Amino acid sequence: MLGLEKKDTSLLIVVAILTMCAPFILNPFPTDSAMAQFNAGYPDLMQRFVIFGIFAIGFNILFGLTGYLSFGHAAFLGIGSYSAVWMFKLLGYNILPGIFLSVITSGLFALLIGYISLRRSGIYFSILTLAFAQMSFALAYSVLTPLTNGETGLQVYNSDPQYFHSDAMPNIPHLFGQEMQSTFKLSMGGWSFDFNTGYYICALIMLVMFYLAIRIFRSPFGLMLKAIKTNQTRLNYTGLNSRPYTLAAFVISGMYAGLAGGLMASMDPLAGAERMQWTASGEVVLMTILGGAGTLIGPVLGAGFIKYFENIFSKINDTVLHQWFAFLPDGIEDFLIAIVHPFVGKGWHLTLGLMFMAIVIFLPGGLVEGGQKIARKFRGGKAKDTTATTDSTPAE
Amino acid sequence: MAILEIKNVGKRFGGLQALSDVNLSVAENTVHAIIGPNGAGKSTLLNCLVGKLIPDTGSVTFQGQSLLGRKPYQINQMGVSRVFQTPEIFAELTVFENVMIPCFAARDGSFQLNALAAVRGQGDIKDTAEAILEDVKLLDKRHMTASSMSRGDKRRLEMAMCLVQEPKLLLLDEPTAGMARADTNNTIDLLKEIKEKRDITMAIIEHDMHVVFSMAERITVLAQGTPLVEDTPENIKGHPKVREAYLGEAQV
Ligand SMILES: Nc1ncnc2c1ncn2[C@@H]1O[C@H](COP(=O)(O)OP(=O)(O)OP(=O)(O)O)[C@@H](O)[C@H]1O
Ligand SMILES: [Mg+2]
Repeated sequence: MLGLEKKDTSLLIVVAILTMCAPFILNPFPTDSAMAQFNAGYPDLMQRFVIFGIFAIGFNILFGLTGYLSFGHAAFLGIGSYSAVWMFKLLGYNILPGIFLSVITSGLFALLIGYISLRRSGIYFSILTLAFAQMSFALAYSVLTPLTNGETGLQVYNSDPQYFHSDAMPNIPHLFGQEMQSTFKLSMGGWSFDFNTGYYICALIMLVMFYLAIRIFRSPFGLMLKAIKTNQTRLNYTGLNSRPYTLAAFVISGMYAGLAGGLMASMDPLAGAERMQWTASGEVVLMTILGGAGTLIGPVLGAGFIKYFENIFSKINDTVLHQWFAFLPDGIEDFLIAIVHPFVGKGWHLTLGLMFMAIVIFLPGGLVEGGQKIARKFRGGKAKDTTATTDSTPAE
Repeated sequence: MAILEIKNVGKRFGGLQALSDVNLSVAENTVHAIIGPNGAGKSTLLNCLVGKLIPDTGSVTFQGQSLLGRKPYQINQMGVSRVFQTPEIFAELTVFENVMIPCFAARDGSFQLNALAAVRGQGDIKDTAEAILEDVKLLDKRHMTASSMSRGDKRRLEMAMCLVQEPKLLLLDEPTAGMARADTNNTIDLLKEIKEKRDITMAIIEHDMHVVFSMAERITVLAQGTPLVEDTPENIKGHPKVREAYLGEAQV
């Protein structure tokens, strides 16, 4: 179907079902239960799941296939956001022109940055991309204030032209009148589910981008990218010029990042320089490796995993801990809280770091490899690979 | 007519004159062997032909066109393929993918952005790849990851990857090193068969005299970076200078 192999079609369908049913799946606990803490089905977070999913899918086309580790992809995320907000300021709040421009500008920047950075490979390539991203950050933060509104961040003001805005249209981001913020709440018994327009638009776009990624993975172009990762010498002596291949992969993944940035601004019409910072670039690297670099579904899993942790673990503070351990004698309760405390709330990075280390050491293929191992156990040792190649070299 | 013409080529690595004054011409549709003791500069000479090294002096022309200053992929696209001394293959990919890549390179050129076509849908590529795997007897291993094969199989795979491009000139750097006797004979047969089927010129570096004397039509002996003699296999066998410089220490 859709020009895909059977197993890829099934994968796409499973992902489609999961994203469409996400409002249910992510809110498994009744709203007033103690476990409601772990519900992740609220609009903001669901939007972030799929937007970062897009970011990571695109990053994986570069890193997972060619092995070129970019440490500056957040620059494209930021460029995408700025482009979208400018469209809101100039044309109006319909998100389409913004998303369109974010893909175009990030693609152009990727072409420039990629052209220069890809003259080197390995660690030097990573450093070059990092340098470019930090330069972009610095420019956005101070030098280019007229374009980026510097520290405050770029936003839409009443005085902005918004040439195509009419009073009939909502005064917040929308798609032909459908507001991104509008959420339909469904209450069933103790449960409550949010169906948010912005989420569904992002989710549909993510499915399209996921589909495109599968096509790229299975194309001759994708095969060449994998060949670059395994043996560039052989590739060159086989009559293939690796440079335009890596550049195309870089631009494509930059456009994915720009799209993600444009969608971010469409959900919340604001763009700040911090979106371009190196920590943001590092985050997408973590997502991809955590989920499984070079696999199809890995980056999406990794993105969901990290965003879940960031938003759920970070909210567990001492008050919540006291509730959990209230049944224990005071001394033990305090002791346990003292132990758990550094790992939750503001310390969620510590938990994430430890899990990341554990995964890289024990499951170099990321969550996907973990899943495959479990599946193999269940099927009695003769399971086949469920996703693309299982190879990945996280430390590269 | 000479398909490859090497004139006055010299190459220096720091204090070591690896090649000096190399003159060599390879006639079209022949098998030309280059032999010589270890460190004679055979691989260095090959590297000067494929764009890996640029000679300090001299010229290299292939079918009348200079090869100097061209990138390896450009030289390959002109019709020169190379088998390495240690097999260079796409270790993490399957055997089948390994041979499909040169098929794409031969059909589509050095770059094509066919990102939405499916590899599976390329019937012609599939057929060519299967045919060559059949020839090198690797068809039953086509789903194996290349890195998990034996050394001999890797060499055969690399040779298949070069042959499938139908090069005009095939450069082989010790194609049978590390192979068992039976495998060596298979390789000789394969190369001879290819040679019979179509027009191809081969330049082959080899230590195994059995291979050299069963294939070569001309032999150049390289010693300390310069050609010592060039002649037919019969004359080389009896040549006193060659015996002294080389054959005296090797099996004949
Ligand atoms: N890139 C390099 N830098 C410095 N010296 C080199 C380089 N490549 C080769 N050499 C030296 O040049 C000389 C010739 O090497 P080359 O590999 O061409 O020999 P060879 O005839 O292929 O030997 P073998 O039969 O062992 O493969 C050797 O002394 C080698 O150490
Ligand atoms: Mg050598």
